[in-house]
Amino acid sequence: MNRKKLQKLTDTLTKNCKHFNKFEVNCLINLFYNLVGEVTERQGITIGLDRNAFRNILHMTFGMTDDMIMDRVFRGFDKDNDGYVNVSEWIYGLSVFLRGTLEEKMKYCFEVFDLNGDGFISKEEMFHMLKNSLLKQPSEEDPDEGIKDLVEITLKKMDHDHDGKLSFTDYEQAVREETLLLEAFGPCLPDPKSHMEFEAQVFKDPNEFNDI
Amino acid sequence: MGVALTRSAQWSAAGYGTRTLEITPLNEAILKEIIVFVASFIYKHPQEAKYVFVEPLEWKTNLDPSAFESGYIVSETTVKSEEVDKDGQPLLSVSVPHIRVRSFGQLSRLLLTAKDMKLKEAQACIEANRDPVTKILGLDYNTMKEDTSVVNILDKITKDEDPESEIKMKLGMLLKQLDLHLLNHSLKHISLEIRLNPTIVKNDIELLKHFSGKGEQTVLESIDYTSDYEFSNGCRAPPWRQIHGEICYVLVKPHDVETLCITCSAEGVFLNGGKTDDEGEINYERKSEIYKDLVTFLKERSAKFSENMSKQDVRFSGEWKKKEALKEAPKKEEAAALQKALPASGKSVLEKNYINFGKSQMTKRLQPSLNWKATFDFKDKGASKDTQEEKHGRRLERSGPPVSPRRSQLVRKSAEKIEEIISESSSESEEDEEPPDHHQEANAGLPSEYWQIQKLVKYLKGGNQTATVIALCSMQDFNLAQETCQLAIRDVGGLEVLINLLDTDEVKCKIGSLKILKEISHNPQIRRNIVDLGGLPIMVNILDSPHKSLKCLAAETIANVAKFRRARRAVRRHGGITKLVALLDCAQNSGEPSQSSLYDARDVEVARCGALALWSCSKSYENKEAIRKAGGIPLLAGLLKTSHENMLIPVVGTLQECASEESYRTAIKAERIIENLVKNLNSENEQLQEHCAMAIYQCAEDKETRDLVRLHGGLKPLASLLNNTDNKERLAAVTGAIWKCSISKENVTKFREYKAIETLVGLLTDQPEEVLVNVVGALGECCQEYENRVLVRKCGGIQPLVNLLIGINQTLLVNVTKAVGACALEPESMMIIDRLDGVRLLWSLLKNPHPDVKASAAWALCPCIQNAKDAGEMVRSFVGGLELVVNLLRSDNKEVLASVCAAITNIAKDQENLAVITDHGVVPLLSKLANTNNDKLRRHLAEAISRCCMWGRNRAAFGEYKAVAPLVRYLKSNDTRVHQATAQALYQLSEDADNCITMHENGAVKLLLDMVGSPDQDLQEAAAGCIYNIRKLALATEKARYT
Repeated sequence: MNRKKLQKLTDTLTKNCKHFNKFEVNCLINLFYNLVGEVTERQGITIGLDRNAFRNILHMTFGMTDDMIMDRVFRGFDKDNDGYVNVSEWIYGLSVFLRGTLEEKMKYCFEVFDLNGDGFISKEEMFHMLKNSLLKQPSEEDPDEGIKDLVEITLKKMDHDHDGKLSFTDYEQAVREETLLLEAFGPCLPDPKSHMEFEAQVFKDPNEFNDI
Repeated sequence: MGVALTRSAQWSAAGYGTRTLEITPLNEAILKEIIVFVASFIYKHPQEAKYVFVEPLEWKTNLDPSAFESGYIVSETTVKSEEVDKDGQPLLSVSVPHIRVRSFGQLSRLLLTAKDMKLKEAQACIEANRDPVTKILGLDYNTMKEDTSVVNILDKITKDEDPESEIKMKLGMLLKQLDLHLLNHSLKHISLEIRLNPTIVKNDIELLKHFSGKGEQTVLESIDYTSDYEFSNGCRAPPWRQIHGEICYVLVKPHDVETLCITCSAEGVFLNGGKTDDEGEINYERKSEIYKDLVTFLKERSAKFSENMSKQDVRFSGEWKKKEALKEAPKKEEAAALQKALPASGKSVLEKNYINFGKSQMTKRLQPSLNWKATFDFKDKGASKDTQEEKHGRRLERSGPPVSPRRSQLVRKSAEKIEEIISESSSESEEDEEPPDHHQEANAGLPSEYWQIQKLVKYLKGGNQTATVIALCSMQDFNLAQETCQLAIRDVGGLEVLINLLDTDEVKCKIGSLKILKEISHNPQIRRNIVDLGGLPIMVNILDSPHKSLKCLAAETIANVAKFRRARRAVRRHGGITKLVALLDCAQNSGEPSQSSLYDARDVEVARCGALALWSCSKSYENKEAIRKAGGIPLLAGLLKTSHENMLIPVVGTLQECASEESYRTAIKAERIIENLVKNLNSENEQLQEHCAMAIYQCAEDKETRDLVRLHGGLKPLASLLNNTDNKERLAAVTGAIWKCSISKENVTKFREYKAIETLVGLLTDQPEEVLVNVVGALGECCQEYENRVLVRKCGGIQPLVNLLIGINQTLLVNVTKAVGACALEPESMMIIDRLDGVRLLWSLLKNPHPDVKASAAWALCPCIQNAKDAGEMVRSFVGGLELVVNLLRSDNKEVLASVCAAITNIAKDQENLAVITDHGVVPLLSKLANTNNDKLRRHLAEAISRCCMWGRNRAAFGEYKAVAPLVRYLKSNDTRVHQATAQALYQLSEDADNCITMHENGAVKLLLDMVGSPDQDLQEAAAGCIYNIRKLALATEKARYT
């Protein structure tokens, strides 16, 4: 990609993104193209990270392990649902992922957790997401009992309108009361340590950068 | 009898009216004793047996009239005794079914007649006559039964000398004896009953477990509970069996018999139907007799057990004796408790029951056995130093049987006690030291929260990060301020998990865990458990975390936990103080752009939490030092400039705590902290005002500081805060600050301007002691000035002051005596004091055990004697008063001695009193004190000596007792007041020729000649007089030689 085009892309993306400055956007674009690899750009074919590549990044860089959550994070990034995260989705996604305000993050997380996208996190969805969260006790008759109980506990804590499922309002209220509940059903944001490492690595000192 | 009947006999609870005695072995025993007493009465005390009851005993009899034989007039439905009283009434009369009996003789006979029905008759009689003593002796004798001292009885007898009352008396005493006898009897009876409780059972099992295992020496092969779960009441039986009194089930495998499945219940120990193999269910049915405890049961069942047990018994008690000898006195108690609890001796169990009979069994018996357990385990684990490592070890293995935390905690506690004695001594008082660990009342039902919390803890243990966070958040919804929840978390093993979570890398888990720990650590027991589980070092490490909210929470939790000494020490030893001080720095460098993270608080908040933790820690002397060394003072001073109340309170609190140290006071002055303290006195927040006042109180020991307070305008707010008396803590702090500030005269003038003195006088009544001490102290300082003395008198302050002389608080007494003494400088005030008998009160304070009070009282007496009318007469009127004063000269406290010398100086102004104290040997006592280097004592001693010279041959006596030579040396002192007093004394002494020689020999003349040149006229005169006397003697000798 030529320099001029890159410049233009950086400018447009910087304009649309409030959490990164121009330099940072530039870094991220570079990173994106590094990750995508040498794919010749042709008209009509979108360049982007496919599901596997993206999951790989989540796993390697941000230490995520839960397949389902990673899939959902991919969906969260892939706004146009074409199976690829393109460069603008990458920048936009990362801006929430890394620097998002609480509101943005809540919205993002809720979307991740709302598996079927109907605007509610149902009991079944919760069960689905929490099903691996407890050590299986061999002694227990119903291995799922603990999970069911956990779902009930969560509902009791978060379901303010008592309709048996979590609306965004429920979720938002609960998170505002207790920020820890932001990632209530599984880690879908980078943990602070890998977050810092990632930023430190990607946004290297500008002088250093110029040398390259 | 009355007492025994009401207290010991077990009355059925069924309703009112005629209640019946329950058929219990105890009641039966009591009745039998009564029957024996009554039946033998007629033989043992024939005289008293004839005595006619005041009121007849009436009840419904089951006896047939025909049963009565000779001595009775018997008809079909009635019986009358031939024995009649003065008025001809029969002493026994029956009209079926009612019977009336009016003498012990008849009662005895009746019992003989009743034969087999004795018990029934006695029971009926006692049931119908609930207060037989009153009926027998009349009301007045019954009422005095509680205090039947012999004196009383004798009084009664001598007062009315008729023979009947004498008999009555005798009867009364006999009944009293019976009563005592019955009580003793029932005691024995009660002590025979055993009821087991979970603690006893648990101890037995633990102990047996200890001596179980493979090999010939052990008592059992194995002993185990059937269930690992222990309810908080100590039982392991399922709740539906607990209602039957069952405590737990144990599987015991003795060496020589098959495995036994045993039920331990409150009634005792018995064999049950055994555990069915497939379902693990227990057949609860009883299959054997009930034994009183596990050991007895096993002894009965297994010969091998019995044999080995007796061996162990000898071995272990021997070992214990050795141990005991090594330990210091305080340990003895525990050892004694241990011996008592040694299960092998069944008798000791009985003894224990005996001690506790009648009390609610659980609570009392719990203590000794627990102590014993603790020492026992401790011995096994070895040296106390190991406990630290052990804590860490324990932290890692999270899941254990639920008993372990509590047990191990006990182990540590005993280890700690020793450690505490050996290690550092802290400056702090014991006020906040560890309270005894009181466990939940064993029988208390478990609240529903308990089960919910248990479930959550299970998820904490077995869940991944997500589940853990959910469980933590859910746990926060419980009322964590409530003790049941706090203890529930601990009892289900939640504390270990929470602390373990702090050691992970999961920020969210750490935050969640700390949020809970922060709340529950308000509970003193939990605090200790947290320290025991090694929570503090981890929290101290978290203080280094880059996450501000984590730092905050950790600091806040430390602030809560570090409320007792051991915790504070732990914080310091793990470098916590330095890190906490570093937190204070946050507020300063907030310039750098902070990483935006969800969980981060503001820098100010971090500093606040740091200050909060330091506040808690600053109660230990070593920590104060550590804070200072870590550079805490400038940071605190910096934070003091902020205007957040939340921040200021812990900051000022820390400063106030630390200001007890001289080094801090200097630093506080240097850092210009006073200015800000004064500024914050004007705050709206009462707590802040309180701490500021307290800090000023601490710092104002220093004159410069007092001046600073005035210069920064701090006196006015202090004075105005006096008007609000609702908040006693604040009032105490404010009055304290005023007291210390009023040591400077300029401040007193200001206070008078602000009308503070009137207000202070108003505070002399109806205030708690802490306030009174300060108020009186302040008045004592103020009254050093004439105007204020007048003011205090005019406001009516003398009466309450004198009233306070009858106190016991040492500090208060010192201040009150000082204030009263100051007031007594005014003759008009003195009149009031005298009228209120204040001098007598002061005088009696000379007997107070505290030297400070004695000295202060003696000082106060001086102006009293000076200014009282007829002082001599007044002093003489105190019986033994003069002797008391003279004897105080034997004290070894310099201040007391100086004050008493001053008092003697004043007393000796009256010739008659001087004569009396001379008789009491004041001269040798004063002379003995002469060799001192204390200038204050020298001065007052010299004055006293010069006064005492005025009587008889005291001058010569002082010389004989070798007081003169030391006095001459006083002239070399640097204190001119000493010179003056000494010169006076020497002048007086020089009237005696021998003394002149001694003075001359000791080189007094040269020294005195220097004094003559002094600007002080009195000194000049006295010195000159003395020289004149010496010279006169010399001239006379010369003259004598030449003539």
